[in-house]
Amino acid sequence: MSQAKASRFSPMAIWVNVALAIAAFFALAPLLWMISVSFMQPGESNALPPPLWPARPTLANYQQLLAQTGIVRYFVNSLVVATGVTASSLLFNLMAGYAFAKLKFKGRDKLFQALLAALVIPGQVAMMPLFLMLKTMGLVNTWAGVILPGMAGVFGIYLVRQYARSLPDALLEAARMDGAGEWRIFWMIVLPLLKPVIVTLAVFGFLGSWNDFMWPLIVLTDADLHTLPVAIASLSREHVADGELMMAGAVVTVMPVLLLFLALQKHYMAGLMMGSVK
Amino acid sequence: MKPQSLAQRLIAWSFVAPALAVIGLFFLLPVVIGLALSFSDFDLYALADWRNLRWAGVDNYVHVLTLPLFWQALYNTLFFVAFGVPLSIALSLGCAVLLQSPLARFKPFFRTALFAPVVTTLVAVAIIWRYLLHTRYGLVNAGLGQIGIAPIDWLGDPHWSMPSIILLAVWKNFGANMIIFIAALQAIPDELYEAARLDGARRWAQLRWITLPMLGPTLLMVSVLTMAGYFQLFAEPYVMTQGGPLQSTVSVLYLMYEEGFRWWNLGQASAVAFVLFVLMVVATQGLMRLGRRGEAAASA
Repeated sequence: MSQAKASRFSPMAIWVNVALAIAAFFALAPLLWMISVSFMQPGESNALPPPLWPARPTLANYQQLLAQTGIVRYFVNSLVVATGVTASSLLFNLMAGYAFAKLKFKGRDKLFQALLAALVIPGQVAMMPLFLMLKTMGLVNTWAGVILPGMAGVFGIYLVRQYARSLPDALLEAARMDGAGEWRIFWMIVLPLLKPVIVTLAVFGFLGSWNDFMWPLIVLTDADLHTLPVAIASLSREHVADGELMMAGAVVTVMPVLLLFLALQKHYMAGLMMGSVK
Repeated sequence: MKPQSLAQRLIAWSFVAPALAVIGLFFLLPVVIGLALSFSDFDLYALADWRNLRWAGVDNYVHVLTLPLFWQALYNTLFFVAFGVPLSIALSLGCAVLLQSPLARFKPFFRTALFAPVVTTLVAVAIIWRYLLHTRYGLVNAGLGQIGIAPIDWLGDPHWSMPSIILLAVWKNFGANMIIFIAALQAIPDELYEAARLDGARRWAQLRWITLPMLGPTLLMVSVLTMAGYFQLFAEPYVMTQGGPLQSTVSVLYLMYEEGFRWWNLGQASAVAFVLFVLMVVATQGLMRLGRRGEAAASA
C-alpha cells in the first residue's frame, strides 16, 4: 500500500482522522462526564457555566448511594438474575444448537426453520399472557419469573448451530466407534471445541440480561427484588435534583458491563458479526 | 444414512427438549394466548376473579383504533422510526467507512470508543442524557451557547422532546451496525478497487459505484433489523420524559405498558401489541420489497 504510506499526512488522511476523533469524542463524552460528575460535591454540577471536572473530588455520592438507597441489594439482585439467565441459557442453547447442527432426527431442519421464523414475533406480544401465566404459577415477584423466559433463545441456538456445523463429523464418528455415548461426546469433545462461541454467548447473555429493563419492571413489583436498571429508573424519579447522586448510580450500573465488554470485546464483536451473516 | 434406532432419536430429542420447552412455554404459548386475550375484556376485575372474563370480539381493536392517544402514539413512533433509523444507519456506515480507510490511525481505539455506548445500560445512559439536555445546566445547551445558539428546552418542549430521544437512541445504537458494516466492507475484494483505480475512479466514485452496491444486501438486512428494533421504543421515553410533554413521546409500546400494567386492561394492551406487530410486519416487508427492487434495478 505505497499509496497509503505516501499520503499518511495528506489532507485526506488528516480529514479522516479528525472525523474519527470527533465521532469518538461524542461517543465517549457522556460516559466521561458521568464519571466526572459522580465525584462532584452534591449540587456542584448545577452551576453556570456547567463544570467539567470536580473542584474537590469526593466520594460523598457513593457513600450516600450505599447508605440510603440499598444499591448493594440491587447490585446483588442484578448479579443473581444475570448469572442465572447466562448459565441456564448457555447450557440449553449449546445443547440445542449442537443437536440442530450435528445430531440427526426426523423433522430437524423444519423445526429449526420454524424457530427462525418465530424471530419476527416481537417479545411484547407475549408479555401480558406471560405475566398472567406466571401469576397463576405464583412466580410474579420472584427471580424465577425474570429468569425463566430467558433460559433459552432462538438467536443463541442459531449462533451455536452456525459454529457447530464446522466441527468435523469424523471426530464424532470416531468417538462413537469407541463406544462413547452422545452425552459423553457432547461434554468431553464438543464443548471444549465450542469454547469461542461459549464465551461469545456468555457475554451476550450477561450483558443482555444485566441491561434488560421492561420485563423486570413488569414482573418485579417488590422494590427489594428490583434489578439495577429498574431501581435507578425509580430512584431518578425521586432524586431529580440530585444529579451527582444519580451519576454515581449510573456508574455502578454501567461499569460492570463496560469492563466486562472491554475484557472480552473480541468475542462480543465476533458474535455480532456471526449473527449478521445469514 | 443408516436407519436410526429409537434410542438414538430419543437422545437427539433430549438435547433440544429443554430449549424447546422454554421457548414453547414462555414465548410461543403466550403469543397464542395473547391473541385470544386481545379478543377478551380482560381487566382489573378479571385479574381479581377469572369469572368476570367475557369475550369482547373485536371491541378492543375498535377501541384502540378510535383512541386519539393511540394515533398520537403511532405518529410519535413513526416519527422516531422515520428519522432515527436513517440517521442511525448513516452514522454507522460513515464511521465504518472511516474506520476501514487505510488512512485511519489508532483503529482499535476508535472502534472500541465508538462501540462503547452499545454495551451500556439504556436506563443509565437515558438518565445521563436527561442531565446533559437540561435547559439551564446541561452541557448540550452550554456547548450550543458557545456557537451562539439560544438554550433549547429539549425535554420540556413538545417539538424537541422526540428529537432528543432520537439523539439518545442514535448515540446508543450506531456502534452495533457499524461493526456489521465493517465486516461487510472487509468482505469486498480489493481487486474491485484496483480495477476502479486503473479506470481512473476517484475516491467518491469508488464509494458510489463499488462500496455502496456491494454493501446492498447488508444495508437492507441492517435496515430491517434496526427498523424492527426502533418500533419497540419504550425505555427511553419511560426514563427521560414519561411520555410527555403533552404526550409527545408516548410510543405504541409505552401505551401498551400503561394500558396493561398500570391500568390492568390486559385485553386492550394485547390488542395494542398485536396492532404494533402487524405494523412492524407491514413496514419491514415493505422495506424488503423496496430493497429487492432497488437491487434488481442496480444490477439491471
